[in-house]
Amino acid sequence: MTRQEILSELKTVISPYTTNKEMLAGINDQTDLIKDLKINSANLVDIIIDAEAKYDIEIDYDSADKMVNVGTCIDVISEKLSEKI
Amino acid sequence: MSKRVVVTGMGIVSPNGIGIPAFLHALQNGISGIKFMPRYHDLNFSCQVAGMPAFEWESLKHKNYISEVTFHGLKGTNIGYGLAAALDAWADSGMGYETEEPRWETGCVFGNSIADTEAMKNVIAKVDNKEARKLGSRVVEQAMNSGVTSYISGRLGLGNKIITNSSACATGTQAILMGYEYIKDGYAKRMIVGSAEHVDTYVYGAFDSMRVLSRKFNDNPEKASRPMSLTAGGFVPGSGAGALVLEDLDFALERGAHIYAEVLGGSSNSGGQRQGGTMTAANSTGVTRCINEAIANSGISGDQIDLISGHLTATNADRQEIQTWSQALNRTGDNFPLTNSLKSMIGHCLSAAGSIETVASILQIVHGFVHPNINFEDPNPEITNLVSLDKLPVKMIKKEVNIVAKANFGFGDVNACLILSKYKK
Repeated sequence: MTRQEILSELKTVISPYTTNKEMLAGINDQTDLIKDLKINSANLVDIIIDAEAKYDIEIDYDSADKMVNVGTCIDVISEKLSEKI
Repeated sequence: MSKRVVVTGMGIVSPNGIGIPAFLHALQNGISGIKFMPRYHDLNFSCQVAGMPAFEWESLKHKNYISEVTFHGLKGTNIGYGLAAALDAWADSGMGYETEEPRWETGCVFGNSIADTEAMKNVIAKVDNKEARKLGSRVVEQAMNSGVTSYISGRLGLGNKIITNSSACATGTQAILMGYEYIKDGYAKRMIVGSAEHVDTYVYGAFDSMRVLSRKFNDNPEKASRPMSLTAGGFVPGSGAGALVLEDLDFALERGAHIYAEVLGGSSNSGGQRQGGTMTAANSTGVTRCINEAIANSGISGDQIDLISGHLTATNADRQEIQTWSQALNRTGDNFPLTNSLKSMIGHCLSAAGSIETVASILQIVHGFVHPNINFEDPNPEITNLVSLDKLPVKMIKKEVNIVAKANFGFGDVNACLILSKYKK
């Protein structure tokens, strides 16, 4: 799965947790989940859980800590996906 | 110097009407909100009827009660009811939801009895299945007893004292009393007060097992709640929420708020589970003291009470309650105040009973009527021996109502009584 494909799917995963839909439509690697998308920090956990279910992967605590912007989210998801295969 | 406290806004989620206009219509026309519950039949409950509000869950999002993000993951039914009632009351008092700064002058006392067990069932299943890590961030805030107050105060940016109270069926009345006292003593200018209840399947089942519920009218649900009747064979559980905005009179006048009524005073106590009082039964001496203290604190006499909004759940405690009112007020027969029980229409909304019934009481003051006791077809002679039958109306009476005594009594032998009055300059 390409980074672009993951990015596009990530929009769906993140969508329930941000009211800033305009910003969400134009996210890139640098988009910060908390600062730019105004996601409540407690909800990051929910995004991780939803991503785990979507990709059937397990995101450990250390990897989860890295998921602060869209780029690092994609990094972690691709890494876990590649471990699966 | 103590402040006068007035009601400037009301909101309601009741089994027989959501929103003040629908609720008022239901009160005036004696419309029942009790329905047959097929699931309770499937579960072999003895009582298979309940008062459930026709609440559209999506309305929480569509009517801007909360954001889409907050809505996503909200499962606690009691929280939904409480939010809708509280925000409606806020809007009714002429204020907008949004604020950048906390509203330091406004606090909240909102009660409930238990988190939505039906929603918690999913949590229990995940934990037992070793999947606790999948629970996510939204469970704790809804499981905690202060869930309802947290959602209300967060949405409106309330910055004064935020309290969650719980005293079984006296919860709602007590919440209003606490908010009243807080303003009266000058600690806050404004308080949102009220309570919410969602009788989920599991709590309902536990009441059913106590054999205290109405079980002979499953095929005729609207007849099932029969306070003061010979055939009153138990209460009908109900759900919903009621909310009021209370304000310091001067503060309300300054902003030109509409004033519905005044809270003159009240009292809350316990019979100590002594002298006949138990976990589930009231010590009538405690109830008498509660009523008399409420009257004394309000600076009125028992003779001035035009209407009693009773607890009157449709059990054999109804007779004792009427007798206690009669003794406390020293009024019998034709001299007994008009008395009604909203529970005849909506059942017993437990924690929410006091706030829903207080909203009903205030509507009767504002619109000059006494709502009927429906299903009062076979009066209990032990009640009509004490008070005249025409004091327990079965049809709406159009009449000026100046002072209402609203009381509720709960498990744990707790009592709460409010004295509400028409607002007079």
